[in-house]
Amino acid sequence: MRKTYKLYIGGAFPRSESGRSYVVSNAKGKFLANASQASRKDARDAVVAARKAFTGWHGRTAYNRGQVLYRIAEVMEGRHQQFSAEVSASEGLSISKARAVVDESIDRWVWYAGWADKLAQVVGSSNPVAGPYFDFSLPEATGVVAVLAPQDSSLLGLTSVIAPAIVSGNTVVAVSSFERPLPAITLGEVMATSDVPGGVVNILTGSASEVGPWLASHMDVNAIDLCGIVDPEEATELEIAAADNLKRVRRPAEEDWSADQGMSRLTQYLELKTVWHPIGV
Amino acid sequence: MSRFEYAPAPESRAIVDIKSSYGLFINGQFTDATDGKPFKTVSPASEEVLAEVSEAGPADVDKAVRAARKAFEKVWGPMSGKDRAKYLFRIARLIQERSRELAVLESLDNGKPIRESRDVDIPLVAAHFFYYAGWADKLEYAGVGDDPQPWGVAGQVIPWNFPMLMLAWKIAPALAAGNTVVLKPAETTPLTALAFAEICQQADLPPGVVNIVTGAGRTGQALVEHEGVDKVAFTGSTEVGRAIAKSVAGTHKAVTLELGGKAANIVFEDAPIDQTIEGIVNGIFFNQGHVCCAGSRLLVQESVYDEVLARLKRRMGTLRVGDPLDKNTDIGAINSAAQLAKIRELSQIGEDEGAERWSPECELPAHGYWFPPTVFTGVSQAHRIAREEIFGPVLSVLTFRTPQEAVEKANNTPFGLSAGIWTDKGSRILWMANQLRAGVVWANTFNRFDPTSPFGGYKESGYGREGGRHGLEAYLAH
Repeated sequence: MRKTYKLYIGGAFPRSESGRSYVVSNAKGKFLANASQASRKDARDAVVAARKAFTGWHGRTAYNRGQVLYRIAEVMEGRHQQFSAEVSASEGLSISKARAVVDESIDRWVWYAGWADKLAQVVGSSNPVAGPYFDFSLPEATGVVAVLAPQDSSLLGLTSVIAPAIVSGNTVVAVSSFERPLPAITLGEVMATSDVPGGVVNILTGSASEVGPWLASHMDVNAIDLCGIVDPEEATELEIAAADNLKRVRRPAEEDWSADQGMSRLTQYLELKTVWHPIGV
Repeated sequence: MSRFEYAPAPESRAIVDIKSSYGLFINGQFTDATDGKPFKTVSPASEEVLAEVSEAGPADVDKAVRAARKAFEKVWGPMSGKDRAKYLFRIARLIQERSRELAVLESLDNGKPIRESRDVDIPLVAAHFFYYAGWADKLEYAGVGDDPQPWGVAGQVIPWNFPMLMLAWKIAPALAAGNTVVLKPAETTPLTALAFAEICQQADLPPGVVNIVTGAGRTGQALVEHEGVDKVAFTGSTEVGRAIAKSVAGTHKAVTLELGGKAANIVFEDAPIDQTIEGIVNGIFFNQGHVCCAGSRLLVQESVYDEVLARLKRRMGTLRVGDPLDKNTDIGAINSAAQLAKIRELSQIGEDEGAERWSPECELPAHGYWFPPTVFTGVSQAHRIAREEIFGPVLSVLTFRTPQEAVEKANNTPFGLSAGIWTDKGSRILWMANQLRAGVVWANTFNRFDPTSPFGGYKESGYGREGGRHGLEAYLAH
């Protein structure tokens, strides 16, 4: 039986409100599916869902968020075969190579899951001020992060841009690879069954060039990852739009999704809060 | 209420030697500007012209960036961290040695009370250089990897509210990380930056490591947009910060922005009342309210509103407004005619929108730019004086009933720089600190700064941190 691939917004799987879909083919050009083509309205709905989910997700304990991310990895493992088939078809990889990519993607969720309750100690600090004050700095999630996911790496790349944002308590609106959206939607189905609260991750399939400008200029989005934008001029336009509310912007860059990811995407979506209190009797 | 009258206690100006005109500081030398017109810097307390300063045009900025590039490639970049540290320690010492002079100069050019420039600004300037000096040979411990590298040339633009302190916040971490610098001070307060240029000469800092280009917005724009700049750091208005974020789009430049604020200072019914009143006063009247993190929205729990207001007004009646060089002065001059006009305009809008305005009786000097300490009551969240940064000694008072309501009101702003909490209950402090979307939270204190303590905003208050290890990170490529 074939599956209908839909959007994932606020924990539900709607079709695009625009009613549009587009043909997704495999790497050899053979028909795979009709994917929903997300519109401006879908992007806005997704931002509303992400904002609504932020307080609760950000308010959870780090331990709990870590467990939820680990659960994502567990549930992905159960769908290993499906992911491998989709990655293989989408990216034109042999099934054994696709399996390796799925393994790496699952490992990446586990790696990021472990960061949840370590970030504050690695990134935060106690500050020895010159006076009778207790002064400490803690990292906190920036808020709603828009992610224009990589066009080439449909699952490992997507995982590598969503996980570092949500592990610290941000919520995400992701636009998947345009030509390779199927693993993204299956990842949405994993989210829906992994204790990830609705709205924490929202996945739109469609064109980053079409939806990106609405996310970049949206005043309730706090940060944007331009990773999936291939044309430098387009990236510049989006960065300009993002300045309207001073979004934290991650510019597109050469990425090696198989490499050690380091902390830069984790810290990109963190604010540092410094708290002072007098010391005295 | 009777009170003691104070005799004037002016700090002597004799300690400063202001030249009649200044050039630009490029490549270790003071040089004439090639394509800009000179402009005057005045004392805002008297409107007396203090000096004539050169305006750097694009050609001058280009020269400065080239000098910085050369110094980065030939001298400062290759130099060991240990040796860079020695220069920074030397600069810190020179600042300490000349601290009295720098304090007087700052108060003259900026209008801030000598008590603040002497006890807050200049000691913190020295402390910042001292703190970051110690980082110069420890960069591999800064948390950005084993082999941290500087960006290259940093283009830095600073505001007029804490002229020399903002210079220190920018230059000290930049140099410690191995960058070279072109810095543009604000057009109304260039003198301490130019004195700092002399200090660089006295410290034998290699030419081109620090370059100071004076001028207004046009000069800053030329600097920020210059291709040879790798790292942009700006402190100032959100409006200009936004323009900078747009102008660097699509470039390789790294950016940190420290922008506006509209901090909530939240008073609960169990707050220690005397400290709280002092904290409110310090929060909004420190530095004439020319503070991006000023506690300009006072949120008072309804049950103590009457008492807090009565005490606050009584305390405001004892604030001494006047000569910045008088050691008894609490509130000095507004920095410029333009800023005074903006404060007047927003205050008028406050009245027009229906808020009630109150200031203590106070005699303002006949010359210069002055504004009395002012409090608005009956302010609603929709009022412009509750939403926009006034950047003057003007406090808007709102009320709340529950902690949840306080949080909602405090966070109801596009800014997110700072916040204050006043309560005796420890668990409530920590709960509030968690809920507030602001980069700095002062609990039972306000407007405290330290070189070890990261400072910077959420949301439209900018991005990046200054101070501490995190402030260093902003100057390392990663």
